[in-house]
Amino acid sequence: MLAQLSNSNFLVIQTLNSLSLGGLLFLLAAGFSLIFGLMRIANLTHGSLFMLGAYIGVSLLEAGVPNLWLAALAGGVATAVLGGLFERLVLRSLAGNSQGQVLVTLGVSFIVADLCLMLWGGDPLPIQTPESVRSPLRVAGFTFPAYRLVVVALAIVVAIGLYVLIERTRLGAMIRAGVDDMPMARAVGIPVSRLFTIVFCLGAGLAGAGGIIGGPILSAYPGLDADMLPLALIVVILGGVGSLAGAFIGSFLIGFVYTFGSALVPDLAYVILFLPMILVIAFRPTGLFGRMGA
Amino acid sequence: MTSSTTPALAIEHLRRSFGGLPATDDISISVAAGERRLIIGPNGAGKTTLFNQITGDIRSDSGMISLFGEDVTRLRPDQRAHRGIARTYQIITLFGRDTLEHNIVLALLGLSRARWSMVRGLAPRSDFRDRARDVLAQVGLRELAERTVAEVSYGDRRRLEIAMALAQAPRLLLLDEPLAGLSREERATVQQVIASIPRAVTLVMIEHDMDIALELADSVTLLHYGRVIVQGSRAEVVADPRTQEVYLGH
Amino acid sequence: MSRTAWLAGGLLALFALPLVAGEFYLNLASQMLIAALFASSLNLLVGYAGLTSLGHASFLGAAAYLSAWLSLHLGLAHWASAPIALAGTVLTAAVFGWIALRATGLGFLMLTLALSQVLWGLAYRWVGVTDGDNGLRGLTRPEPLGVAIESADRFYWFALLVCLLAIGLIALFVRSPFGAALRGTRDQPRRMGALGFDVWLIRWLTFVIAGFWAGVAGLLFIWYHKYVHPSALSLQASAEVLLAVIAGGSGTLAGPVVGAVMVVFLKNFVSAYVERWNMLLGFVFLAIVLFLPEGLVPGMRRLIRRVKS
Repeated sequence: MLAQLSNSNFLVIQTLNSLSLGGLLFLLAAGFSLIFGLMRIANLTHGSLFMLGAYIGVSLLEAGVPNLWLAALAGGVATAVLGGLFERLVLRSLAGNSQGQVLVTLGVSFIVADLCLMLWGGDPLPIQTPESVRSPLRVAGFTFPAYRLVVVALAIVVAIGLYVLIERTRLGAMIRAGVDDMPMARAVGIPVSRLFTIVFCLGAGLAGAGGIIGGPILSAYPGLDADMLPLALIVVILGGVGSLAGAFIGSFLIGFVYTFGSALVPDLAYVILFLPMILVIAFRPTGLFGRMGA
Repeated sequence: MTSSTTPALAIEHLRRSFGGLPATDDISISVAAGERRLIIGPNGAGKTTLFNQITGDIRSDSGMISLFGEDVTRLRPDQRAHRGIARTYQIITLFGRDTLEHNIVLALLGLSRARWSMVRGLAPRSDFRDRARDVLAQVGLRELAERTVAEVSYGDRRRLEIAMALAQAPRLLLLDEPLAGLSREERATVQQVIASIPRAVTLVMIEHDMDIALELADSVTLLHYGRVIVQGSRAEVVADPRTQEVYLGH
Repeated sequence: MSRTAWLAGGLLALFALPLVAGEFYLNLASQMLIAALFASSLNLLVGYAGLTSLGHASFLGAAAYLSAWLSLHLGLAHWASAPIALAGTVLTAAVFGWIALRATGLGFLMLTLALSQVLWGLAYRWVGVTDGDNGLRGLTRPEPLGVAIESADRFYWFALLVCLLAIGLIALFVRSPFGAALRGTRDQPRRMGALGFDVWLIRWLTFVIAGFWAGVAGLLFIWYHKYVHPSALSLQASAEVLLAVIAGGSGTLAGPVVGAVMVVFLKNFVSAYVERWNMLLGFVFLAIVLFLPEGLVPGMRRLIRRVKS
C-alpha cells in the first residue's frame, strides 16, 4: 500500500480518476440537492435518470448522432422533459405528502430499472470516448487520459454556471428564497409552482447528461442507478441539503475517498465511503454547508 | 436562601435571536412562589419565545433560568417538566384522534415511571383512568371524557389544554393565551378554571384580554421588541406612562 | 361471532394448514410468516413512531449473516450462534439508530438508506468474510428442544409459533404505556417533551426494539433458506418490507401482516408468470400511494363501516 502511495504515476492517475468521478458526482448531486432543498423531495429516481441518460446516449450514438457532446445535450433535454412530466403529473398530486412522494420516486425507480433492462438488455453497453479527446496528454513524463480532464473541466463549468444562475439571476434569487423559507416565498408572490418544475427539469437534465458524459468512464449497465444513487445521497448529506457549494465539495471529497479506497483497500472501499458522512452527521447534523436539518 | 424567599422562577439576562434579530433581549424577571404574573406586550414582543425558552423548547443564546433556586438553563424540556414546569400552547397542541381522557392520561404518564413500561396494557389501568376523570371534572369536561378531541368544541379544547397542565400538578404553570379565540361565555368558564387553581401553583400567563387577565393577575411584565419595558404590581404597570406609550403609540 | 371466536378459529386454521396444504404451499406460508414478522417490526417505526425507514433490511440481513458466519467460521452451534447474532443485530441497530435519529422525516429516511448501503457494501465486497456475490451457504436448521424442523410442515409450525409469540409481544408493546408514549411522539413530539417524555430516547429505544424483531425474522430467514446472499441487505429488500407495511396499513397490527402476505404472494406467484418483479413492485408502490394511501386494512375497515351504516 505504501509502495503504491509513493509511486507518483499511481498518485497522478488516481487523483485524476478521483477528480473525474467527483465531477460526475457533482452533475448528479447538484440537482438532487437543489430538488431536496427547494421542494423537500428526496428524489430516489435521480440514479435512474443518470442511468436512463447513459442508455439514451448509447442509442443516440448508435442512431448516428455525430458526437458525444451533442448526445449529452439531447439526452439531457430528454431526461429533463421526462423529469418535468413526472413532477407535473405525479409528484404534484402528492404535494405536502413527503412520504408519499418519496415512495412514488422509489416505485418509479424500480419501473425505470426494469424498463431499461427490457429495452437495452442485461449486458453493459460501452460508450466510446469522443475522437477529439481519445489520445492521452503527455506532460512532464506523465500520461493523462484527456477525457477525464475534460470531464473535470466540464463539471467546473457547470458548477460556475449554476453558481451564476443561483446567485446572480432573478430566477436564482427566487430559488434561494424558496430554499430558505418556502411559506415566505409564496407569500411574497414567487411563482413557486413554476419554480418547482424548472428546478426538477434542471436536476433531471443534469443527471441525464451526466450519465452520458460518464459513459466512456462507467458505461451503461443494469444497476448503474443503484450504484450512483447512494453516492449522490452521501454527497448531499455530507455537503448539506440545498447547498451548491456543499454538493461541489462533497462530490470531490467522495470522488477521492472512493477512488483511493477502491485502489488501496478494495474490500472495504464501499464502507470507507460512508465514514465521512457518518462523522459529519455525528458532529454537524445539517451537513458541512447546510443551514437546515437534512 | 430559605424556600420562602427563593423565587419560583428567576430569569436573568435571557437572550435569543433568530437570524440576527433579537426575539428576547436581556430579559430579567423574578416571579415569587404562588404569584400570578401576567406577561403583556404587542405582537412580536417576544412573549411566546420567552415561554419556549422557559420550557426549553428553544435554547437560549445567553442568560440563566432557575426554577425554585435550581439552574435549569441547560436542561431538556422533559427534564424541566419533571422539575415542575407545565405549559399550555397558544396554538392548540392536543392529540386530536385520541379521547380527552387519553390526552390527560398522557399528561399523567409523562411524570410517572410507568411511561417506560412496555408490557402491561395501558387501557385497562384504572389508576390512570380514574385520575384522568378527576382532572377532567375539575375543568368541567367529565362528561366528554370519551369523546375525541376532534369531536369537541374549540372552547372545550382550550380547557383541555389547561387540564393537561393541571394533571401534572405543576409548581410553575405557563398559560399561553388561554382565552384566545373564545366566546364571551367560554371566557367566563376558563376564567373560573384559572381562578380556581390553588396558590401552591405559581402562574405565568400571556394574555391579550386585559379585562379578564388583569383581574387574575397580581403583577405584570410588559415586553416590547424583546425587552422588559416595565414590571411591577398590576396598578403600577397600568399607571405607568411607558405602558400607555407602548399600547397607544404616543 | 365474537372477536375471540374469530381469533381462535383463525389460529386453529393456521395450525391445521399442514394437514391440507402441500409442501410448496407450506414453504410459501413459512416465507409469508417470516415476512409478516419482518414487516411488523418495521411497522413499529413507520406506523407507531412516524419514522419512515428505508434501511430496515439491515437488521434482518445482519442477523442472517452473523448467524451464518458464526456457524460456518467458528463452528458455533445454533444455541450459541442465535443469541450472539441477535446481540450483534441489536448493537448494529443501536449504532444506526443513534446516527439516523440525528434527523427526522426525510433526513431520517435518507440516513437509514445510506447506512443500510454500508452493510450491503460489506456483504458484497468484503469477500474474505461474506464470500461476496456467492453468499454464505452450507447451513443447517436448528433442532429446538431436540425436534428436527427439516420438513416443510415442521418448519412451518416452528415459524408459526415464533411469529405468533413475537407478534403477540409486539401487540403488548404497542398497547403498553410506552406504546402510548410512542404514538404521542409521532403525533405531537413537542407536546410530549413538555409533558415530560424524552422523545429522542423513546424513538431510539423503539429503533433498537424494531431492530431486534427484524433480527428474529433474520434468524428464521437463515434457518428457512439455509443460505444468505447480499440481496437480503439490498435497497430492494428494504423497499419490499416498507411496501408491505404501507400497503397493508401502517400503525395497525394486522396491516403489515396482510401487506407481507400480499408482497410474498405477488413475488412468488404473479412474477412467475410475468417475470417482471421489479416493475410489478414499482407499480404496486405507485398504486398504493396514489389510490390507497392508508393501506388495505384501514381501507377495508372503512368500507365495512360504510356498508354497515
